[in-house]
Amino acid sequence: MSRPSFARRLFSFLSTMDLAITLLLTLAIASIIGTVLQQNQPYPDYLLKFGPFWFDVFESLGLYDVYSAAWFLLILVLLVVSTSVCVFRNAPTMVREIWQLRTQVQAKSLRAMQHHEQWTQSSDVETLTAQAQAYFTQQGFRNKVVARPEAGETLISAMKGGMNRMGYLLTHLAIIVICLGALLDSNVPMKLAKWQGNLQVETRDLSISKVPQESRLAVGNHAFRGSISIPEGKSASVAFIGLEDGYVMQELPFKIAVKDFRIAHYATGQPKSFESDLVITDPELESPLEQTISVNHPLSYRGYTIYQASFADGGSLLTLKPWALSQEIGPFDTAFNTKVFDKQATAWGSNAAQLEITNFRVFNINPDPTDDEPGNMRNFGPTINFKIRSKTGEAREYENYMLPVPRDGRDYFFSGVRENPNETFRYLYLPVDDNGSVAGWVAFVGALQDTELVDMIAAEMATITLSDVTTEKGILQKNLHNSLAALVELFLRGGFSEVGRFIEASLPEADREALGAAYLAMLREMLGRVYIHTLDQPAIQTITDLNDEQVFFLQDAVTAVGALPLYGAPVYLELTDYTHIQATGLQIAHMPGKPIVYLGCAMLIIGVFLLFYLPQRRFWLILKPEQNGCNLLFAGMSNRNPYEFDSFFDQTYQQLKQAVEGNFDPEKRSESMT
Amino acid sequence: MRENTFTLQQGSSPLAVIWVWRGLMLAAAILLLTLYGTVLDGYEITIVVLAAVGLAFLGQNWRGFRWHALITAVLSLWAVKRYGSDLKLADTDFLLNYLLSSQSAIMWMSALFLMAMLAYFTGLFMRSEFSDKVGTGLTWTAVTMGMIGLMVRWRESYLISPDVGHIPVSNLYEVFILFAVITALLYLFYERRYQTRALGGFVLLVISMAVIFQLWYTFGRGANEIQPLVPALQSYWMKIHVPANFVGYGAFSLAAMIGVAYLLKTWQTSSNPQGVLATRLPLLPVMDDLMYKAIALGFAFFTLATILGALWAAEAWGGYWSWDPKETWALIVWLNYAAWLHMRMTKGWHGRPMAWWAIIGLFVTLFAFLGVNMFLSGLHSYGTL
Repeated sequence: MSRPSFARRLFSFLSTMDLAITLLLTLAIASIIGTVLQQNQPYPDYLLKFGPFWFDVFESLGLYDVYSAAWFLLILVLLVVSTSVCVFRNAPTMVREIWQLRTQVQAKSLRAMQHHEQWTQSSDVETLTAQAQAYFTQQGFRNKVVARPEAGETLISAMKGGMNRMGYLLTHLAIIVICLGALLDSNVPMKLAKWQGNLQVETRDLSISKVPQESRLAVGNHAFRGSISIPEGKSASVAFIGLEDGYVMQELPFKIAVKDFRIAHYATGQPKSFESDLVITDPELESPLEQTISVNHPLSYRGYTIYQASFADGGSLLTLKPWALSQEIGPFDTAFNTKVFDKQATAWGSNAAQLEITNFRVFNINPDPTDDEPGNMRNFGPTINFKIRSKTGEAREYENYMLPVPRDGRDYFFSGVRENPNETFRYLYLPVDDNGSVAGWVAFVGALQDTELVDMIAAEMATITLSDVTTEKGILQKNLHNSLAALVELFLRGGFSEVGRFIEASLPEADREALGAAYLAMLREMLGRVYIHTLDQPAIQTITDLNDEQVFFLQDAVTAVGALPLYGAPVYLELTDYTHIQATGLQIAHMPGKPIVYLGCAMLIIGVFLLFYLPQRRFWLILKPEQNGCNLLFAGMSNRNPYEFDSFFDQTYQQLKQAVEGNFDPEKRSESMT
Repeated sequence: MRENTFTLQQGSSPLAVIWVWRGLMLAAAILLLTLYGTVLDGYEITIVVLAAVGLAFLGQNWRGFRWHALITAVLSLWAVKRYGSDLKLADTDFLLNYLLSSQSAIMWMSALFLMAMLAYFTGLFMRSEFSDKVGTGLTWTAVTMGMIGLMVRWRESYLISPDVGHIPVSNLYEVFILFAVITALLYLFYERRYQTRALGGFVLLVISMAVIFQLWYTFGRGANEIQPLVPALQSYWMKIHVPANFVGYGAFSLAAMIGVAYLLKTWQTSSNPQGVLATRLPLLPVMDDLMYKAIALGFAFFTLATILGALWAAEAWGGYWSWDPKETWALIVWLNYAAWLHMRMTKGWHGRPMAWWAIIGLFVTLFAFLGVNMFLSGLHSYGTL
């Protein structure tokens, strides 16, 4: 005997159930990776997370896009091959099983079956056969009568539920069909094109016209899923497809213009709908096609589907008024116009070089801090986000609210700052003056930075403080005067913590507690006097003359000035006016494999239900003439649900018995069974 | 003859009852479509028709279900009528406040499920048939209260504001109730079919865990408040995708708990053959069959639900498959049970390994259901903790 050929051995290996189950479980385990490691993130994020060594290892394993990694696809291909071989091997049997009635069974094997009954009737074989066959036919069984003259008997073979076998075929073919359809829709062809050098992944941030030819995909019938952000009033006829660490650009056979983008809100403030009014212009169209799309309601056109996916600012026009926070650079008297995503050089002192507007939002729906119920959302009005980049390239990001925001019962202009995008914003709370403006606080900052003014106020305070002193008055006054001015300077440089450090460093430990407190009290007095000076109201001479409002303002103003060194910007940018222009984020997909996948899904569902809920049931009745009539041997089997078959067999047996006696009434359900 | 003496209860109802029931479902569908046909779109009309067909089918040979559906309908409609158009009556109207407002009904459901579990376990360990029967009664009552809670909640959402109104299967809180109700209904179906109440405690154990979680979620996080739908969920697909999924989850849970009972019985049969578990739990082949039935049912519905989810994703997310963590975990669950079914149907594995596998399957399912929402981020973040 010769060894089976390699092909034959491979074939039988591929069709083993062990391989199939192993592949199912391997695929399951491999799939976990992509859910644990976030897929298709910017490569620098991965590099930061894993370090250079593991970044390279993971990249070579394709873990950043694991579901199109070669090894993952190999598992899928193996699964499809294994399923195909399995179907190929079993299909002939299965198809036969759907239709074929087994007529070769012998009385001996029927008696060996778990479900069988034997009894005798007095009628003749022909009558009984006719009645039994009529019963099976009436009950929806395919059946066949076979005369066996050699054994002197007649066999009726009956079957129901042959389509159960179709369930096997449908489910397994479905897997192959779905995988093939999905392959058509995958990015594998794109990866192949890249691998062959026909396609280049672009990583630079370029305008559409600058994207080089080798990173463009022409209109074709290949599958893709891309996205594009289009501002209101603008149009585009391309989509960007994320690939590896960059993108490629897909050209579209039509132009998409965005007339309007809208967000509707529920009464509670949560978004209710995102909608875009699109106009499609296409040489093939007589007149442009206008259609509004929203989430769950995409537009399908020429095999392309256009989805509402996201939204962003589309370059809103802004008017900003800078308020100088440093003596060197202000004051400014004019506001200036800019727009979101603009970058412009600034003339704000030695350090700031460039202003970059990064975002603008009309609505900021946040939990209301003044409300007892958390989760009660409120709109806090428009914000701008911008970066101030220094000459050395470092940037801080800011977030300024246009309208005063209430906090603990008082109103403030919020301005957030952070050094990198992973941090949350730390906020500066600028008190609102009597005119509802930030001007009062800026004037206070200006006055504190005015060394001549501070010097004058320090001298004045020193004189008043030491008015009762008689000896060495001149020197004491001079010392106090200098200390007061120095304290203000310290405070401006680093807030109360800087003052604290100074106290720690310069006072002997024994006096620290008493003198430190005195220093702080004097500083507060100084700050109050400077504030009073900015008020320019003759009626107010000392802190005790301030009303409650003013006292609170002073407290908040001092807190804000103390935090200013951490704020790091030379100006406070006030948003005074805006024209909101939004951009809609569209996702554009072309999936030629979709009908195939859906066909596979339909096959899978029908197949699964046939497989589980349509048991194949076979019955045999052998009629053998006897002296006084006929001996009947009845047996049956089912390929599913053995316990259900117990009662089904009993019921069929009872009915068959009645039927061959001519007593079975199909309209009357047998009550004995309930 | 037969290998064992166990027989299934087929429980056909009298023909007249079946036809009355079918007529009733037909009448209900016609009434609904006549009254509200104008405000429903084609998909919703299809859903109404399919729901009527489904109820007619479920109830035709299942007396308990018929009563459950009727009582749910009557009490829910009563509650809707009591409400009128004033949601505040939930706190002032006696009937609503103590029984029929969704919050009260759900609290009743929670308490009844916990009591049912105790009754079933008492019945099992004290060998008390009476306590077993009490368990069944309590479970039916709990299911009915839970279903009323969902129905009334549906109405309450519209009372908040017509644009807020939606079917209560939109967040984790709501689907936990759905899970408890569906799992219990599946159990009750098999309880009657297999004529055993001995498994009740085990199944109610997993339901009780869901109930306890839901109670924590209510009192700890205020999750019971009705929230408006995010745009991505505003689709008729939600009405079919979510319930189909929970038939799957419920059936897989049922299978796992039967697996637990199976293992306990094998363990006690060898250590103490006269013990309660060894003697009162159903025969091993019966539990094995039941476990297979539950997994097959779960698999069929989970397949359906995942495909429905893919169809929905093709409308909402820009593609029928995006390898989103939820999608991927659904695939993992599917592959796991596909392997289980192949093992059982073609390799003929039975018994203990399959019971263990069914239990592990529950943990995989649990991660797909909860873990993904808790630990992974993705598009399908509709229920976060």
